[in-house]
Amino acid sequence: MTLKNVYDVVVIGSGPGGLAAAVAAKKEGAQDVLIIERDVELGGILLQCIHNGFGLEIFKEDLPGPSYAQRYVKEAYSLGVEVLLDTMVLDITPQRKIYAASKRNGFIEIESRSIVLAMGCRERTRPQIRIPGSRPAGVYTAGTAQRWVNVEGYMPGNRVVILGSGDIGMIMARRLTFEGAKVERVLEVMSYLTGLTRNYVQCLLDFDIPLQLRHTVKRVIGNNHVEAIEAVQVDEKWNVVPGSEEIIPCDTLLLSVGLIPENELSRKAGVILDPVTGGPVVDDNFQTNVNGIFAAGNVVHVYDLVDWVTEAGYQAGKCAAAHANEVRRKEHHLIPLIAGNNVRYIVPHMLDKRNLEGSEIRLQMRVSKPVEQPVWLEVHDKNNLITRRAERYVRPGEMVTVVLKPDHFTDVNKADSLTIDVVPR
Amino acid sequence: MEEIQKLICISCPKGCSLEVTVDGDTVVKVSGETCKKGVDYAEKEITDPRRMIATTVRVKNGFHPLVPVYSLQPVPKPLIRDVLKELRKVELAAPVKQGSIVLENVLGTGVNIIASRDMPVS
Repeated sequence: MTLKNVYDVVVIGSGPGGLAAAVAAKKEGAQDVLIIERDVELGGILLQCIHNGFGLEIFKEDLPGPSYAQRYVKEAYSLGVEVLLDTMVLDITPQRKIYAASKRNGFIEIESRSIVLAMGCRERTRPQIRIPGSRPAGVYTAGTAQRWVNVEGYMPGNRVVILGSGDIGMIMARRLTFEGAKVERVLEVMSYLTGLTRNYVQCLLDFDIPLQLRHTVKRVIGNNHVEAIEAVQVDEKWNVVPGSEEIIPCDTLLLSVGLIPENELSRKAGVILDPVTGGPVVDDNFQTNVNGIFAAGNVVHVYDLVDWVTEAGYQAGKCAAAHANEVRRKEHHLIPLIAGNNVRYIVPHMLDKRNLEGSEIRLQMRVSKPVEQPVWLEVHDKNNLITRRAERYVRPGEMVTVVLKPDHFTDVNKADSLTIDVVPR
Repeated sequence: MEEIQKLICISCPKGCSLEVTVDGDTVVKVSGETCKKGVDYAEKEITDPRRMIATTVRVKNGFHPLVPVYSLQPVPKPLIRDVLKELRKVELAAPVKQGSIVLENVLGTGVNIIASRDMPVS
């Protein structure tokens, strides 16, 4: 694949939001659509979510994550969406320049008429919830363990405690049980389940995995590797209830304690973030405050259902395509005004030819040198004179005006540029 | 004798709380559901509880060392561990096509286990 310098729509990330955006942009008529993905294949986190439950709304089917992703991956490729894999976007500017790097292509610089941010979210980690104790190996986020077990073929450990009753944590409790591990406990600091009730039933109850609400990890124990954790009950203000401590021997502590939209690139692009969601502030087209930069999916706010992420991606992609098409039309109709013989500058610098259809356009300029005799101000494309204005003299201190009229539209419409020269009369 | 069992429907992410009136093994009445799936789930859960299974099997020469697989229909809950045991014996060879059958009629349940995705050659 040869990379183009300019794209209509560039999508950052190929999870469900990004894939839907790219597909929708193509369907909406965007010509050059590119997905930039940091992983070695398209699909995002869906590829490690091998459990079923995806697609009930959109496909009326109960699909596992990889099947759901593959439908959109296939559609994207068949529509001619271009793809850069194993490529990390380093920076995005408000002018929609994208800087990226990959082993294969080195440093990459791309411009795009529209951008869709679809970087998704990432998991809260141990430092973000400040768990005391030693810092041995064996403390992982639930999603990291999910990737190991479901994609790469590694087990994080054999005796597991899970902190947090989020969906990924509960699903990993079942998954690790399937693979022969013993899940000792799920601890939840809140007084209620933070994931879906159905996951409590089919992931914990079905396998007799105990859930303790209002409990948390007081301390991680172990030198090189986790040997145990100290669990403790908390009151409604999250204060430790003295005497409720319990040492639970284990070799692994998984954290399922929340997701945070991933917006480092958005910030660099000048996108305003909502402190509540952690994601970009968007309008009903999923456009951010930066013209032509859209955002969709978990990068905006964390969804419960992938189907809704797909819907948001579709909307963002559709609107990104419409924006790109408008920019393209403008580029097509926009021609430069060139200061020719004895003209220092012209304002406006460019004009949109379509605007001449219904109304006049005033071109104002200054000359470089005085000419104290009658002159023409001639407006022409490269070959033909389009209009001219007579002046008795021209002086740098006195601005001169040439008016283009709707009568000139037919001539101007054929031009790639307009030049204005001062010539003797 | 009639008694009331409380269930949570797992048919969709809503997770409706159901109250199921049962007489022995027969469901007399279901309430709390917000769609027909709730009634079906309750009846099935009382008489013949079933679950979908999603796991992985090994694959030779694959782009990844594992390919995710799942049961096209739910399998009887008491058989989950046995089905997993059967799947642990399986090793596929890449390329694998999404939807291809990994285990047909697993343990005589009438349920096929199929590949969740394509797995190209590494």
